[in-house]
Amino acid sequence: MAKVAGPDIRAKRLSAKDYAANFADLHPPLDQHEALVESDRCYFCYDAPCQRACPTGIDIPMFIREINAGNPKGAAKTIYDENILGGMCARVCPTETLCEEACVREAAEGQPVKIGQLQRYATDTLMATGKQPYIRAASTGKRIAVVGAGPAGLACAHRLSFHGHDVTIFEAKKKPGGLNEFGIASYKTVNGFAQKEVDYIISIGGITIKNGKPLSKNLTLDQLRNDYDAVFLGMGLQGVNALGAKHEDADGVDDAVDYISDLRQANDLSKLKVGRRIVVIGGGMTAIDVAVQSKLLGAEDVTILYRRGQHQMKASAYERELAQTRGVKIKHWVMPKKVIAKNGTATGLECEYTEEKKGKLTGTGETFKLEADMIFKAIGQTFIATPLGGLIELDHGRIKIDADHRTSLKGVWAGGDCAAGGQDLTVAAVEDGKRAAESIHSFLTPDT
Amino acid sequence: MNLREIKKVKREWPDRAMVVSLMVPCEEEPWKKILKEVEDTEADGVELNFGCPHGMSERGMGSAVGQVPEYIEMVARWCKQHTRMPVIVKLTPNITDIRRPANAAKQGGADAVSLINTINSITAIDLDNFAPQPTIDGKGSHGGYCGPAVRPIALSMVSEIARDKDTRGLPISGIGGIATWRDAAEFIALSCGTVQVCTAAMAYGFRIVQEMASGLSNWMNEKGYRTIDDFRGLAVPNVTDWQYLNLNYVTKARIDQDLCIKCGRCYAACEDTSHQAISATKNGRRHFEVIDEECVACNLCVNVCPVDGCITMERLTAGTDPRTGKDINPAYANWTTHPNNPMSLKAAE
Ligand SMILES: Cc1cc2nc3c(=O)[nH]c(=O)nc-3n(C[C@H](O)[C@H](O)[C@H](O)COP(=O)(O)OP(=O)(O)OC[C@H]3O[C@@H](n4cnc5c(N)ncnc54)[C@H](O)[C@@H]3O)c2cc1C
Ligand code: SF4
Repeated sequence: MAKVAGPDIRAKRLSAKDYAANFADLHPPLDQHEALVESDRCYFCYDAPCQRACPTGIDIPMFIREINAGNPKGAAKTIYDENILGGMCARVCPTETLCEEACVREAAEGQPVKIGQLQRYATDTLMATGKQPYIRAASTGKRIAVVGAGPAGLACAHRLSFHGHDVTIFEAKKKPGGLNEFGIASYKTVNGFAQKEVDYIISIGGITIKNGKPLSKNLTLDQLRNDYDAVFLGMGLQGVNALGAKHEDADGVDDAVDYISDLRQANDLSKLKVGRRIVVIGGGMTAIDVAVQSKLLGAEDVTILYRRGQHQMKASAYERELAQTRGVKIKHWVMPKKVIAKNGTATGLECEYTEEKKGKLTGTGETFKLEADMIFKAIGQTFIATPLGGLIELDHGRIKIDADHRTSLKGVWAGGDCAAGGQDLTVAAVEDGKRAAESIHSFLTPDT
Repeated sequence: MNLREIKKVKREWPDRAMVVSLMVPCEEEPWKKILKEVEDTEADGVELNFGCPHGMSERGMGSAVGQVPEYIEMVARWCKQHTRMPVIVKLTPNITDIRRPANAAKQGGADAVSLINTINSITAIDLDNFAPQPTIDGKGSHGGYCGPAVRPIALSMVSEIARDKDTRGLPISGIGGIATWRDAAEFIALSCGTVQVCTAAMAYGFRIVQEMASGLSNWMNEKGYRTIDDFRGLAVPNVTDWQYLNLNYVTKARIDQDLCIKCGRCYAACEDTSHQAISATKNGRRHFEVIDEECVACNLCVNVCPVDGCITMERLTAGTDPRTGKDINPAYANWTTHPNNPMSLKAAE
């Protein structure tokens, strides 16, 4: 084969069949028989460890028992009572570090009950009817503005509406859903599930989503505070950390989240360009997701570089295995020194080995070069505070909140990734939104 | 047709005993006639089915006979008169006291009894058309219940016949939910000389008998039993009546913390339906432990724990029982003599 000039980045590396197979459901749904067999494994524990491990506190033994008794719709309501995004969470939660890690059958035989899969079975069953299991309380006449239609904002809006308040969600993008729509790996949430779930959630009524309406100098926090009885901020993280390596702005060096967003929005994956050799920098879920999805798009060599050992990686053992079984290589104890660029286009990366000395990470001085057609940065996202107009106190760069999710500004609550001290998980954002809603509700209706 | 097949099978397997089950109206002539026909097949014995609860009972056969001890005795006597073959009487459990029909069979001269036949039951109601299942043209009736769920009932009835002064020693063929070697051994331990299997074969086919045979012989080898008679009936003397149980026998549940998987099933069971004798936390952490001050040794936790051998009952033989605060008395004392019984106190006065 003739040597191609410049980096090898192109679309259409695979056949239509391969794209379809590669991006199919990671865990195909359980059928009724499988759900009955699996639900029968639950011991219906007292004060169940799985429930305690769930950030939203779903009554897991109860919903599994409901499934086993042939009542999957009742099971779905049990789930939604605590987590209205229970359908998405069933697909994206790292259950191996949450409920399923705590399952006593993990302790007993290393095989936890498949809680996530069962949760999906129940919620899919009820969602397929198109019916909400809730009726809104009588109108309170109160109006609440929610900023951001991600998991935090949606969960907050649903709970507020349930209590009889009217909610308007202001969303910067053209579509609601937040990272459910733009970030989550596509094989975790196939067939446009994110939008279907948004539709399902707002079908309770009393929620208006205004897309393309960012909080900004044209729509300020003060304006919202004037026009509404309360404000909830669920804006997520809009910035990304910089590598701090030379030539990091060269062509071919991209933010992983941007690329994933393009992938999630692509109608035709065969039109999405991908490099032949990919290097990903980072150790979290985003790094894994961009690496795996590049590989599934037909990249030949995909390597994740992480500056510490595998136990410090934020990606769980399960996520790492997912990457490795898809053929992704993970290199530990290395960091990027500089992007090697030719005429403003990246061709590779110079790296340095690292080591930990007295808890501090340092370079060993030994370096090596990696050729790459594309380099993805996945070293964490940051909160961009500009839209807040300096009105709200921050904590470690994110919005400071108290135990009830109130910000420093009266009448304004916050939750999800944009708030300080969170877990940066979908399920944690849902819990934040729900708790903030309860706090707003008791603030607005102190007599009830 | 049936008789022809019976004859053929017996001819092909001459070394196996063949017992023919019979259900005939309650008149002497038909019994006489059929016994003659069965004898011609060279079968080894007959079993009088006085247990069938459906279809036959309504026509004066099966349990319609088995529920009237006088009929049992009468038919058994006819049969013994009209055949040289051993006669086994199969008993229905759909009565209040199994000892009466068993004794009637004995009085009629029966060589053995077999039990239990099935229990009158409705297994399910179809909630769409509100009729018992299986449903026949919109209606259903009771059927005969069998399988593992009836085994404890069968074991109890077998034990009553084995213990009763009038029926003691009457050979018993055990029936009722036998599916594994262990089930068979339990019936034999309660004095059954043979056991019968139906439901398990219906569910899995005849191959299950292979496991029963190998399991039973392995267990017998381990125990050093050469024949079934070596352990037959060994459990009978240990079946007693409640008032003779040793009230001074104090045990406490013990949870093996290394085996415990912390499901809390024992706690939920004890807390909600027994004696609140298990604690769920220790130093703020999830930890399940028995509270000796409360434990009455009901065994419920042992039964609900999903981990084999995790909860056991440990006997206390000395010191005081933390529950009652009283000294543990190593001597045997039962309800008839125990101070807890107001009647026994009165008698002593
Ligand atoms: C690539 C990737 C993969 C991930 N995979 C998983 C996973 O598998 N499992 C898991 O549990 N978590 C995963 N996460 C984390 C998870 O997606 C987030 O924790 C979660 O989405 C946070 O929800 P949120 O509502 O706080 O924010 P977001 O989902 O980010 O939603 C914020 C919303 O606010 C809008 N917004 C932002 N600024 C403004 C503004 N000024 N005005 C109006 N609207 C605004 C945004 O457009 C967006 O719709 C992943 C994250 C990434 C980046
Ligand atoms: S039932 Fe058994 S395993 Fe479960 S908590 Fe109790 S002792 Fe432990």
